[in-house]
Amino acid sequence: MNYEPVIGLEVHVQLKTATKAFCGCANVFGSKENSNICPVCLGLPGSLPVLNEKALKAALKVALALGCQVRSFTKFDRKNYYYPDLPKNFQISQYDMPFSEHGSLDISLEDGTKRIRIKRVHLEEDAGKLIHPEEGAESLVDYNRAGTPLLEIVSEPDLYSPDEAYAYLTDLKLILQYLDISDCDMEKGSLRCDANVSLRPAGTTGLGVKSELKNMNSFRAVRLALDYEIRRQEAELGDGRPVVQETRLWNEKKQMTLPMRSKEEAHDYRYFPEPDLPPFVISASEIEEARQGLPELPKEKRNRFAAAFGFSGKDAATLTAAKSFADFFEACLELYDKPKKIAHWLIGPVSFHMNSRGRDIRDLRLTPASLVELVDLVETGKISQLAGKEVLQEMLESGKPAAKIVEEKNLAQVSDAGSLSAVIDEVIAANKKSVDDFKAGKENAVMFLVGQVMRLSKGKANPKTAREMLIERLKA
Amino acid sequence: MNLHVLTAMELRSRLDSGSVKPQDILEDLRGRYESVEKKVMAFARPPSFECREARAAGALKGIPVVIKDNICSRGDLTECCSKILKGFVAPYDATVVEKLKESGASIMGKANMDEFAFGSSCETSCFHPTKNPWNLDCVPGGSSGGSCACVAADEAIAALGSDTGGSIRQPASLCGVVGMKPTYGRVSRYGLVAFASSLDQIGPITKDVRDNAVVLGVIAGHDDHDATSARISVPDYLAETEKDIRGLRVAIPREYFVEGIDPDVRQAMMEVKAKLESLGVRFGEVSLPHTGYAVAVYYIIATAEASSNLARFDGVQYGLRQMGRAEDESALIGMYKETRDKGFGAEAKRRLILGTYVLSSGYYDAYYLRASRVRRLIKEDFDKVFKEYDMVLTPTSPTPAFRIGEKTGDPLSMYLSDIYTISVNLAGVPAISVPCGFARSGLPIGMQLIGRPFGEADLYRAAFHYEQSTPWHKQKPKL
Repeated sequence: MNYEPVIGLEVHVQLKTATKAFCGCANVFGSKENSNICPVCLGLPGSLPVLNEKALKAALKVALALGCQVRSFTKFDRKNYYYPDLPKNFQISQYDMPFSEHGSLDISLEDGTKRIRIKRVHLEEDAGKLIHPEEGAESLVDYNRAGTPLLEIVSEPDLYSPDEAYAYLTDLKLILQYLDISDCDMEKGSLRCDANVSLRPAGTTGLGVKSELKNMNSFRAVRLALDYEIRRQEAELGDGRPVVQETRLWNEKKQMTLPMRSKEEAHDYRYFPEPDLPPFVISASEIEEARQGLPELPKEKRNRFAAAFGFSGKDAATLTAAKSFADFFEACLELYDKPKKIAHWLIGPVSFHMNSRGRDIRDLRLTPASLVELVDLVETGKISQLAGKEVLQEMLESGKPAAKIVEEKNLAQVSDAGSLSAVIDEVIAANKKSVDDFKAGKENAVMFLVGQVMRLSKGKANPKTAREMLIERLKA
Repeated sequence: MNLHVLTAMELRSRLDSGSVKPQDILEDLRGRYESVEKKVMAFARPPSFECREARAAGALKGIPVVIKDNICSRGDLTECCSKILKGFVAPYDATVVEKLKESGASIMGKANMDEFAFGSSCETSCFHPTKNPWNLDCVPGGSSGGSCACVAADEAIAALGSDTGGSIRQPASLCGVVGMKPTYGRVSRYGLVAFASSLDQIGPITKDVRDNAVVLGVIAGHDDHDATSARISVPDYLAETEKDIRGLRVAIPREYFVEGIDPDVRQAMMEVKAKLESLGVRFGEVSLPHTGYAVAVYYIIATAEASSNLARFDGVQYGLRQMGRAEDESALIGMYKETRDKGFGAEAKRRLILGTYVLSSGYYDAYYLRASRVRRLIKEDFDKVFKEYDMVLTPTSPTPAFRIGEKTGDPLSMYLSDIYTISVNLAGVPAISVPCGFARSGLPIGMQLIGRPFGEADLYRAAFHYEQSTPWHKQKPKL
């Protein structure tokens, strides 16, 4: 029998508010262990949570960007389970009345876009982190992360392949980055993803028995884990064994999923309304304010770039594929009104360096002003395209301005006839065959001679000037 | 000079005139402690008679205050009279403690209590039972039994307790002192080790009504650290006590005067009614029809919340840690099991198991959800009464103090000793217990006045006028 996979994703995103969700502690990554803590996020006896309004505001933005309906009346609940990284042994979360639900996300696929329904987005708190030292039998707990505001974004089971899951994550992350509410860094744990996957006979509409996959540390790992799990479930069903509902962990080393706990061992979270936080109202004006505060989202920006600057869909997508990249492009435009030229440099040489060094344009030693200076040097003919690429490389390495590098490396293009004259004479004298060919009517022969001029001038000669001078001499 | 017998307001005038210094009061209390504490055993651990007077010159400047062992004070042991919190030193002040310090009060020490406030007799403390100062063979009530007993025994001038189902009022009644359970949200719970978050309130326990009004005025008010604290201004309760009570309308609920009520308590209530009528108060009989469900609703909601609130006592961060055995599933599970097994007493375990059960998948709707709905009906009963009446009069406890050990083997009969106080917490309204006579056994009897939300001033007014026209609050136990 042919099976088709059905996938739903649960994404957790840490909100980068200044302070934690329910106390005043700094919400930062990478501090010394247990330095951003207080009685509240430690869950000390007697402490009480108070909602950080900024976390709710950030959460509202996400819900609205995903087209969710916002509940006017919502509440927090306690999710009870024991684990040493959870200071109170319950997590403040939202159970039956999430603050928003019923949204959607249009994901970009090879053959167009597909709408994925978002089931719910809710706000909760993160747990601390266990540390297992190499030596000694004890584990340690770092509570810095405890109480960090966390959004859980749950999709409907609308994804039908690992590639669709990958596209969903990519497009979701892009929106979250545009909203500027999270670092979305899977390695640092500020974005995490669990995947539910089941198989059903191709062409049917029901849902099969699912497994829940955890412990994927990159989008790539999500795709690999889903690939593996689909094959595993196919093999089970193919052998006549039913799929067991269970939670499985992705093992990066072994490149396979391994069982963690079965349905019977699943926690009973004993949810009940959090009595320390009264239910609250999200007013129409708060929702409207959040809506007004939404930035231009990736899809809108992509369409605007294509329409306003005449870019191809692919180029517009590349320019908007990271908010920092699109911002950089727009900052360049403010300084230099030649969108196609700037886009050419960004999509070409700059992207090449981004891919080979850092991952983000902000990690490069490049500012909109310094890139514009470089582009202008090329556009006004002061240096050649080729020299421009060399200058860019040097800029990224030394951080020096383009003009200074041109001067130091003596890369300025030679365009005046006087300086080129001697080189031209030398090339004509040394390449008798090509000269004869040209005189015999093979006009293309001049290109070889231009190449020789470039070689002798170490690339500094302006090829256009050199060509004109050669033709003039040879026709004389 | 017998300073310990005085009220806070009496000491206030002596301090203001300079005839008494704060340290004199503490020295006097030290003497009292040394002579009677071995009988009463009101404290969780020996208090400090050092003058820890705080900065400001507020309403309680120079007055020592005892707090219940479940209220955090920075640098002090706060163990909720439970083995599981052994050695826990609070690194911060509860908001009420901060407010007491700002008013110039000094925190003298921590009073004994039922473990985690689970109890009505002070017998579940991991340290020792506290005795009733009026009869050392009897319980002081609970869970704030230590707080009430130390005030009744003149070992303290004033104390704070906490009240989840009657834990201030019932022991106040049994010890013959004044105890107020304020409106839910009137006093910040920040720093009160939670039992049942939607029911808990901190309140004052004092020798008379005026002292009580002053202490509540100090500790009440909105707190940014407690999302359930109300943004409602705090009246001058002391000034309010003076206002006239003629024309006040008081309701008597017929459901509160049925079987199980001690004849002496019933008789005392008749006399209270006559006395208040003579002061110009008008009475009427009303019905609070859902009263009969209150105890069941309470033991579902309170234990459910407690099972979650007390989950944090696991041996990881603070308090007791016991390592597990080799046969446990893992070292972690073993630590959880052993720590909680050794750390919690029998009554705590009973309630945590009950609370865990009622929240469990498949039972939630039948228990917690249904109890929450009935809770709303109980509140609506009060709402209706308060449309026509200013307050409700009931006994605080169906009986005077019972004997130590009398009910420990019978949890249900113990739970019923809070039958008159529990509805008040479920409804979130304020109530005060005021001494209103003595049983033939010589044990004190208390009456309870229940007010509308944030109607504490009305309660103080009625209680003060009653107190002024009766001798009960002046009586002292012979120790």
